[in-house]
Amino acid sequence: MYDFNYHRPGSVEEAVGLINEDAKLLAGGQSLLPTMKLRLAQPSDVIDLGAIPGLSDISVDGSTVHIGATATHASVAASGAVAGAIPALAQLAGGIGDVQVRNIGTIGGSVANADPAADYPAAVLGLGATVHTNSRTIAADDFFTGIFETALAEDEILTKVSFPVPEAAAYVKFDNPASRYAIVGVFVAKTADSVRVAVTGAAGSVFRASAMEAALNANFLASALDGITVASDDLNSDLHASAEYRAHLVAVMAKRAVQAAGG
Amino acid sequence: MSSETGVGAAVRRKEDKRFLTGKGRYLDDINRPGQAYGVFLRSPHAFAKIKSIDTSEAAKAPGVVAIYTGADLAADGIGGLICGWAITSKDGEPHKAPAHPAIAVDTVRHVGDQVAFVIADTLAQAKDAAELIEVDYEELTPVVSGADALAADAPQVHDDVPGNLCYDWELGDQAAVDSAFASAAHVTKLDLYNNRLVPNAMEPRAAIGDFDSGTDEIVLYTTSQNPHVARLVLSAFVGIAPEHKLRVVAPDVGGGFGSKIFIYAEETVCAWAARKIDRPVKWTAERSESFLADAHGRDHHTTAELAMDANGKFLGLRVNTIANMGAYLSTFATSVPSYLYATLLAGQYTTPAIYANVKAVFTNTAPVDAYRGAGRPEATYVVERLVERAARDLGISPVELRKRNFIAPDAYPYETPVIMTYDSGNYPLNMDTALKLIDFDGFAARRAESESRGKKRGIGFSSFIEACGIAPSAAVGSLGAGVGLWESAQIRFNPTGGVTVFTGSHSHGQGHETTFAQLITEHLGVPIENVEISHGDTGKVPFGMGTYGSRSLAVGGSAIMRAVDKIVEKGKKVAAHLMEASVEDIEHANGVFKVAGTDKQVTMAEVAFAAYVPHNYPPDLEPGMDETAFYDPTNFTFPAGTHIAEVEIDPDTGEVEIIDWAASDDFGNVINPMIVEGQIHGGVAQGVGQALLENAVYDTETGQLLTGSYMDYTMPRADDLPSLKVETTNTPCPGNPLGVKGCGEAGAIAAPAALMNAITDALGVEIDMPATREKVWRAAQAVQQAAE
Repeated sequence: MYDFNYHRPGSVEEAVGLINEDAKLLAGGQSLLPTMKLRLAQPSDVIDLGAIPGLSDISVDGSTVHIGATATHASVAASGAVAGAIPALAQLAGGIGDVQVRNIGTIGGSVANADPAADYPAAVLGLGATVHTNSRTIAADDFFTGIFETALAEDEILTKVSFPVPEAAAYVKFDNPASRYAIVGVFVAKTADSVRVAVTGAAGSVFRASAMEAALNANFLASALDGITVASDDLNSDLHASAEYRAHLVAVMAKRAVQAAGG
Repeated sequence: MSSETGVGAAVRRKEDKRFLTGKGRYLDDINRPGQAYGVFLRSPHAFAKIKSIDTSEAAKAPGVVAIYTGADLAADGIGGLICGWAITSKDGEPHKAPAHPAIAVDTVRHVGDQVAFVIADTLAQAKDAAELIEVDYEELTPVVSGADALAADAPQVHDDVPGNLCYDWELGDQAAVDSAFASAAHVTKLDLYNNRLVPNAMEPRAAIGDFDSGTDEIVLYTTSQNPHVARLVLSAFVGIAPEHKLRVVAPDVGGGFGSKIFIYAEETVCAWAARKIDRPVKWTAERSESFLADAHGRDHHTTAELAMDANGKFLGLRVNTIANMGAYLSTFATSVPSYLYATLLAGQYTTPAIYANVKAVFTNTAPVDAYRGAGRPEATYVVERLVERAARDLGISPVELRKRNFIAPDAYPYETPVIMTYDSGNYPLNMDTALKLIDFDGFAARRAESESRGKKRGIGFSSFIEACGIAPSAAVGSLGAGVGLWESAQIRFNPTGGVTVFTGSHSHGQGHETTFAQLITEHLGVPIENVEISHGDTGKVPFGMGTYGSRSLAVGGSAIMRAVDKIVEKGKKVAAHLMEASVEDIEHANGVFKVAGTDKQVTMAEVAFAAYVPHNYPPDLEPGMDETAFYDPTNFTFPAGTHIAEVEIDPDTGEVEIIDWAASDDFGNVINPMIVEGQIHGGVAQGVGQALLENAVYDTETGQLLTGSYMDYTMPRADDLPSLKVETTNTPCPGNPLGVKGCGEAGAIAAPAALMNAITDALGVEIDMPATREKVWRAAQAVQQAAE
């Protein structure tokens, strides 16, 4: 690890003021710190968001679940409020990485990092969540823009994610046996007026499977997905799974998610 | 001794108190006064010429003490690393052993090859400085696959090794095998790849070189399974220091699995550099370095054919193997795919004619050497996959086919056509025991139930054999070994009755401090808490050949028994004197000396005290109670058993669930059944890892290690395994005083074939290891499409 300046601001405003071109925001650090240890990242400044009051709050407000940026995966997984409102979200958080990762890793870090194989982006997109920052709100459909890319500006800090409570939802992950990231993860959510299907791990960024959504909007049953496939052309292909295998898994995991959501 | 702490008792491990409470003292826990830190600059290329190395900027960096390259080692007359087992090719030529400098001189031959050693006051300073070294490389096209390396137009890894061929070796009677195949009613043939593995000991390798300019002595602290062998090699062949001026200490070592047998570049350089800078220097591998620079395991391409008569009786076996040695020969690399492999191809069967040809080749990959099982898992994998396939081809139950060909329990000693003489065993008993454990009779119903849920269920067998407890020195010497493979033990009684045993075996997880203590408790009546086992320091232990090849108890334990005999013999003389009886009338059992036919007795503790306070003592007897023994085994030992795996496969995803696992293993006499069971658990887990998950993959084009971290290299975890059903059968080994056979490698030897046979049974087609989910899914799809 190279030397860097460490900051521990007490407010979001103070944190924003510390941002510069070579600075990195530290939430849980589960992606940032390994790359720093391997000397693959060399930030001049590390701005630790962990001491900002209220930034890790979890609350349920009517039909919305609000999760603060520095809430750990473990705290989301263990939250009775989250489990009561959106059980699939608590279950997703409880299946991220391992115990150590869940105790330190945060929702804000995961969503802002936008790792193509991370779990949370599937929930954000699948539930049609709203991402809050220090300066605005961003709809999930506009948030994830590419591999490790989001709509966040350089000097913008993610502060909270708000999830609308669906009628039913489920997340099913086929994990990488080594890293436990998603090779394919499918989040299915049914609301009063539509069904959303978000797929993580399979492509460069989380995406919605529109043909599946159309079929499920017509008939929310696993069998409605019979014969519906996603094209393998744009899917990831690596040591652990070819694009063709991933395409197949998307279909299998989607059906399992629909079943788990009661369809 | 009866007791709860003697032979046969499941004594809890004495060493676990310190390990479980964080008091273990591993290499990185040791720090020497004034210690500097070293890091290796490693090659980013698989194959390249080094045109120049510029260390001038790095040398000016803060805290830098010294920077060394291969040229500096050569200038000091430090030799290269050696291979300690000479193999002779079938044309009579010795194997090719190209130069293996501890730091590359003009060419790097695998990613991670050492290029320079940077020493600084702190680790961070050493790392910073290493980044300032400018190396001008001329990249060359690498070759990574053993099979590819033999192609006519393959890149040449070493200029002095034409065709990358280290050796072309054979064993067995080729003519007899040809004739067996000519008369066969059926021939089964299989192509198999035995995947490359990274050893992944929990503690990464590390070393501290510490030079005392007052005494001219170097102390090398290193993560070694055999510190005396390290001292011998570093002294006699590398030229670090004379043996009496080199002390090697291997403290608590956190796992080895073979990978810490070898004498590596890094420890060599630390020992040498400590003298150069007259200051202790420490190097600790980061996990990324362990992936790149620990000797890997296995990596065999094999074609095997089995000839049978109309009744399925085995007539002949023909095996052709290409073994990937990596870029250089590691310490015992040559022996693994030759004498530790082809000599076990008879398996548990009466196959009368066997011929094996092995081509060992160089590639631009990390060196490959012994890894848990070392040659014997490769042999078992070939034989047991082939037998299972033959059973399918012939429509005979795999159980029945094995039983028709097992060596009979009354046939020992049994001489195989591949130079081994099996000493004892009962193979049908192990098979029957394992069948019962797994409820084989209920399998058909379980399979039908799985099918009703759209799943595929399979069962697979592995009747393995291994030769361990290596080994008779004369025998291995005749086969090319550069060392003898005996062991030493010293039993030192203290005047107050406690005992320290110095053993040349080295424990890095095996539990020697408990098992060896049980021997002393059993045979000399010393309470187990009064027995200390000391190992891992050439300054304390007389000599030792170390721990590998499941040899510690069979050879090291036997050496302890020889020393026990000497203690008893001397003790009888002391006891006779104390009780005013004749030595011939003294009987000894469990630490009590009695005058035969009387009730007179003295204890071992009283005898030991008298030996150290010899006021009333035989006039012609030396005082003291301290005996040393060396033991050279008379034969290998031959543990054998049957493992049965039962799996369920989800054809939609290719996921394999191991539903059940039964193991019946014959380890001869068992000293501590709990430790034996633990060894089976660990070995099976590693075997499952190889069959299902682990795979070291190099990119064919670039030679980069694609699985260089735990993000991509999959280790087995607890939830990959069912609860294992483990039993032992106990045919005593006739060849050693303890009647023991060795258990450390059995699980890793048996498991891959059992699991792969279960998977192929479920699928109905053959696939190679590791049976990844995609590979299994593709096979299941292909079978389904063929059926449609």
